[in-house]
Amino acid sequence: MAADGTTRTEKFPFGIASVGLGEVDRQVPIDEPPPLAPNAELAVIGKPIPRQNGRAKVTGATRFTVDVTLPGMLYGKILRSPLPHAEIRAIDVSAAARHPGVCAVLPVARSDDPSASVVRYIGAPVAAIAAVTMAAAEEALRLIRVDYNLLPFVVDVDKARESTAPLVHDSGSVPPGHASGFPAPTGLPLNGNVRGPAVASRGDVAQGFAQAGVVVEGEYRTQVQTHCCMEPHAIVADWRPDGLTVYMSTQFTAGVRHELAAEFGLPLSRVRVVVDGMGGGFGSKSMLSKYGRVAVALSRQAQAPVRIALDREEEQMDSGNRPGTWQRLRIGARRDGSLTAISLVGYGTAGVGLGAGVGNIAQALYACPNFETAQFDVFTNAGPGCAMRGPGNTPGAWGLEQAIDELALRLSIDPVVLRDRIDPSPVRREERRIGADRIGWQHRHAPGADPGPIKRGLGVAQSLWGANVQINSACEVRVMRDGSVEVLSGVQDIGTGIGTVLAQVVAEVFGLRPEDIAIRIGDTDFPAGPPSYGSRTTASITPPARTAAWRVLQELYREAALALNAATGDLTASAGRIFVRDEPSRGMNFGEAAARLRTDQISAVASRSDDYGGFRRRMGDAALAEQDLGGVQFAQVAVDTETGIIRVERVVAVQDCGRPINPLQIESQVQGGVLMGLSYALYENRILDQHTGRMVNPNLEQYKLAGPREAPAIDVVVLENYQGQSATDAYGIAEPSNIATAPAIANAVYNAIGVRLRSTPMTPAAVFAALGKVPSGSQ
Amino acid sequence: MVDAVSAFIGQQAAAEGSSLTALGPGAVPISLKVNGVAQTLQVEPRMTLAEALRGPLGLTGTKVACDRGACSACTVWLDGTTVCSCMTLAVEVAGRSVTTIEGLANGSQLHPVQAAFIEHDALQCGFCTPGMVMSCAALLERSPDPTAEEVQRAISGHICRCGTYPHVVAATLAAAKA
Repeated sequence: MAADGTTRTEKFPFGIASVGLGEVDRQVPIDEPPPLAPNAELAVIGKPIPRQNGRAKVTGATRFTVDVTLPGMLYGKILRSPLPHAEIRAIDVSAAARHPGVCAVLPVARSDDPSASVVRYIGAPVAAIAAVTMAAAEEALRLIRVDYNLLPFVVDVDKARESTAPLVHDSGSVPPGHASGFPAPTGLPLNGNVRGPAVASRGDVAQGFAQAGVVVEGEYRTQVQTHCCMEPHAIVADWRPDGLTVYMSTQFTAGVRHELAAEFGLPLSRVRVVVDGMGGGFGSKSMLSKYGRVAVALSRQAQAPVRIALDREEEQMDSGNRPGTWQRLRIGARRDGSLTAISLVGYGTAGVGLGAGVGNIAQALYACPNFETAQFDVFTNAGPGCAMRGPGNTPGAWGLEQAIDELALRLSIDPVVLRDRIDPSPVRREERRIGADRIGWQHRHAPGADPGPIKRGLGVAQSLWGANVQINSACEVRVMRDGSVEVLSGVQDIGTGIGTVLAQVVAEVFGLRPEDIAIRIGDTDFPAGPPSYGSRTTASITPPARTAAWRVLQELYREAALALNAATGDLTASAGRIFVRDEPSRGMNFGEAAARLRTDQISAVASRSDDYGGFRRRMGDAALAEQDLGGVQFAQVAVDTETGIIRVERVVAVQDCGRPINPLQIESQVQGGVLMGLSYALYENRILDQHTGRMVNPNLEQYKLAGPREAPAIDVVVLENYQGQSATDAYGIAEPSNIATAPAIANAVYNAIGVRLRSTPMTPAAVFAALGKVPSGSQ
Repeated sequence: MVDAVSAFIGQQAAAEGSSLTALGPGAVPISLKVNGVAQTLQVEPRMTLAEALRGPLGLTGTKVACDRGACSACTVWLDGTTVCSCMTLAVEVAGRSVTTIEGLANGSQLHPVQAAFIEHDALQCGFCTPGMVMSCAALLERSPDPTAEEVQRAISGHICRCGTYPHVVAATLAAAKA
């Protein structure tokens, strides 16, 4: 590779910092910077820098999409189906169109088009209005007359699996892919409402179980969880003769631009997508979505900007959700703990959509030669699911990590020790060591050993997530003649603090302070950025940011070298100066070097190169890194056996994300992942009424979420795990931090009361049922 | 229908000799103080304080997330006390004084709670943050040296999906010491 002159060999720090670092040789493209030293040797990378948009956020100055008001802007509102399954015989919008203030009326469902004449869940869009005020739009919505023919429906996943169940889809209406935009396996059989199986296997499972000394088998169930972004899904669409500008609360400006261009027949150059403040997505704001299309169509029709912001009930019914799952997991092991076979059958429902599943964690987390899985999608008359923080592996870990806990008990092996034997990852080994020490694992007692009514317990569970990278990610860095620096990319900050991370990376290159770097992101007028889903933002955009800055610095060095009568290769940039490395007094301020530029501004654009050690797999614009991301979490709970209330007292979360860039922001995200997992384990539950198909808790008070008083003490430890894979060697944290929490809590509950709860949420009623205090099923 | 109700209320008020007056359904004028500045607005009786702040007053720092008093994102101070502005009608606040997130800092000098939120990273997406800051700042007004439990109680009506609660508590305790 090096022979063709496009790469050079470099030595990179390699390994886990707390264990001890070695080196690894990598081939680096010649136009990319030299290896970055470990964090301990750096000035701003790895430091807990407060986020650069913090002041705007605490003063209310940040402009979210719901705050965008354009001159002449109209308010859009969507009429939604009140029935879970119905054929639309006719829609009469004439009275609505005549209502004062109404500027555009758009049928979404159509009685004359067989592919659009059936609504399949309550909340499905039927028509839309744009009017001069929200009140006028709401009034007009009530004037739309729809003639529905109610069809048989089913919202319960078990009933939907029965052969006599009403059919949710006909052959033509099965969606082509996941609601999150990922392709679904094609060619799978559809029997009734059950699609699949999607299968995977290795080895010989029958032989593996024959070799097992112990077999554990269990059924695990997870509820439907909704995203509950605090900022609703929102868009302001501004259709003009010379192009379309869209302000949208989105996790992917570049992706939405592509969708808009394709949907409305516009060249990419005529579509601009902008997001400043973005009030949470968690997977649900990855796509343009139906409401986005509706807003643009209304704007085109009305020739005026249109804002659509979903209300909370719309959010709960039709903005995506984490699919509910059921899985039967069977694991065989020898007496020493080594696994001989894993068999998994899973059924999940993403409502009318695809993408319910328990991921690949059962086949990937532990060494096991024999594995087989069959996973099915079950259609129900409910709003389509979509990706949500750690899709697949989060419900997957709920089953797997409890099964491993049960296996440890059956083998009389400590659950941490068992994992030391069957988990090949050196990273998680270190994470277990640190976590066990911090939680006080050595004091863990036998299940149910506390004598009083309040019983405490400790549990552990592990997380696994692919290290995703978006190849199609670019960043521009500019240096002005006055010494100021700008970073530009379409990448969006959805609350993770990527702007601050970029400022740190670029400041490190130039020897400046992060606050010296102006961050301009969230706009497709800048080089296309990666999506903020799949925990890939940092991994994708920080390497090109460092590369672009390094290229600009080489240009600056040329000017400085002339003035200093030095060789460019002898220069370095640090503490606001550019100087000769071995003779620091021979140098100049960064600004003095910039003042020598021949033009007002110099810039470089860089894009994400392949990981230096290669990728495991490439999928179009995306790729999967060789190493995985993960984490180990320990939970301490107190179960009140008289009230059934589970209180999580403490969580120790030990995580890895390659090179950590901003420990403060990482700590925030891990705390968020833990709290979302705790909320999933104990409280959240989308409840659909079997008789009407209606969600009975489409709000934020009956849909229970963990609040401040449910937050345990959360101890966050982040490893520095260097792999020498890119210009920054940084990867993601959001999803890995969410996956292990719920099963860690469940295992702690088992340790507390000696009875296993295999379904989420673990409500007081479920605890009572598990303890035999009420008959099972009376909950 | 609405007219009939207004007329009925008006008759009842007259019959009882009370000071009740019927308003609406059209816009009516109200005067109030917002962040120390006197304002006069035309508001329909159905308009909430949150809508009045975010719309005619252009103070979009106040956020609406649930619009029914379940998440506290819209928290502002009404005569110094925290209220959900989505559950308060604009006509109710005539003659009263409202403080929003835009009015909390003293010019460019941030309120100690705001500064501590930045330092402790007590925010992620930032959408619930203005309401959270208003509740924490109000707590310090009435209880300058709170315990962690008191901070948790003060924000117990707030929902933050990013999970900033631990940092919010740490920031507020730090602000109290500042």
